Amino acid sequence: MPVAVNIQALSHSFADRKVLRNVSLTVEQGMFVGLLGANGAGKTTLFSILTRLISNSSGNVVLFGHDLQRSPADALATLGVVFQQPTLDLDLSVLQNLQYHGAIQGMSPTDVQARAQEELERLQLWDRRHERIRWLNGGHRRRVEIARALLHQPQLLLLDEATSSLDLESRIQLIGHIRSLIKTEGLTVLWTTHVAEELETDDQVILLNRGEVHAQGKLSDLITAAGASDANHLMLNLSKSGS
Amino acid sequence: MKNSAYLFCFSGVLKRELQRSLQQRTRFISALVRPLLWLAVFAAGFRGTLEGMVIPLYGSPVDYEVYITPGLVGMIILFNSMQSSLSMVYDREMGSMRVLLTSPLPRSYLLFCKLFAIALTSLLQVYAFLAVAFLFDVAPPPLGYLTALPAILMGAFILGALGLLLASLIEQLENFAGVMNFVVFPLFFLSPALYPLTFMQDGNTWVYWACVINPFTYVVELIRHALYLDLNTPALLVNLAAFTALTSAAVLGFDPARRMLNNRAPKGR
Repeated sequence: MPVAVNIQALSHSFADRKVLRNVSLTVEQGMFVGLLGANGAGKTTLFSILTRLISNSSGNVVLFGHDLQRSPADALATLGVVFQQPTLDLDLSVLQNLQYHGAIQGMSPTDVQARAQEELERLQLWDRRHERIRWLNGGHRRRVEIARALLHQPQLLLLDEATSSLDLESRIQLIGHIRSLIKTEGLTVLWTTHVAEELETDDQVILLNRGEVHAQGKLSDLITAAGASDANHLMLNLSKSGS
Repeated sequence: MKNSAYLFCFSGVLKRELQRSLQQRTRFISALVRPLLWLAVFAAGFRGTLEGMVIPLYGSPVDYEVYITPGLVGMIILFNSMQSSLSMVYDREMGSMRVLLTSPLPRSYLLFCKLFAIALTSLLQVYAFLAVAFLFDVAPPPLGYLTALPAILMGAFILGALGLLLASLIEQLENFAGVMNFVVFPLFFLSPALYPLTFMQDGNTWVYWACVINPFTYVVELIRHALYLDLNTPALLVNLAAFTALTSAAVLGFDPARRMLNNRAPKGR
């Protein structure tokens, strides 16, 4: 299967503290891949490098054949991002937020309008398009962020602990929606989390520990290999070895 | 990236700045109330300040309201630029800056769009103020409203670039109060916005020279002369130099990610 994300020998330090050490991994196209790790494992740093918020100290990142350092515009154009921290403009409406995002992605207003309607209808938010973000609850805000991330039809969706502020029902709905997009849109998803329940045993998983790739493979295989009883047990073991 | 993408991005950033500016009505109104208070109250109290004094530009003794109006235009631009950079610090803290930085368009271009948008919102505020100032008998030649436009835009670019530069250097929103005390007020008061520089020359040489090296002095003077159909060449040259230096510094030095992430690990992970 073609490769969506190819990371080779990636390292990064903050001052004298190494947070990523020689990370190499690949994500195949059309896959849902969970990036699992305890706090301090380096997930957000890796995520920040992938989104070019920070530049890596060494190594290289290739997204759909585009080197992130050499051709950042082409690489970034393949990405849709949902950050852990809310990033919507509270004073603008749902539609205005999407219009702004479409514009900075270089989309024409006509395309933005059509795509916004498509995505908002799919997330049952079209009727609320004129409401200010400030008046929406956490679950709806997250859905708007998903719609926004998909607006420019990216090939890869990055989600950084996207469910962290959601209640159980909203969390299940969100994960279900993302999984359905893989089937319907052929999207590749890299899902950063420390909540093992969000993953299914058939999912591909990358375990990150102390800035290194601890293991990569199917979750069920990793559980077996670690001698753990389930995903939570696996995470617990990982946390202990990381602390 | 297609060329049209740059145009769509430009109009999108501009639209957002205008939407925010109009939706935050109190911000727009307070931007007008501040200079109007100076015009209506302060100028009334100091009406006799320029009595018997002939300022070459105006040709004859001039009312104090007329004199300070270009200075108050400068004040509007200055405060709007700082307010906009404050919103940039806010965006960074609230996370929406991250979305902007994931755009495939070059960051220097995104910054240019932002600067232009700030300048245009300043322009709206300035012309709204000049319309109200007309009611206070501040009536420059009608063509002056047009000739002042490039001067106002240049001033807005210079101060906007200064604001963006400060925004990239400020770590937390709380630190912005210091900017008001150490940047905005000195820039404003050490300039001919409220009184001619000759007053300073007579009073305190040190203060006078501080006014001479203050770029805001030349922003105000360029606007003052342009409003009365005159070109102040030295002011134009200083404006061009300040524009080049500050815009370059803002573009080169602007790295919001540095304050957002670098030099410290992301919290909690």
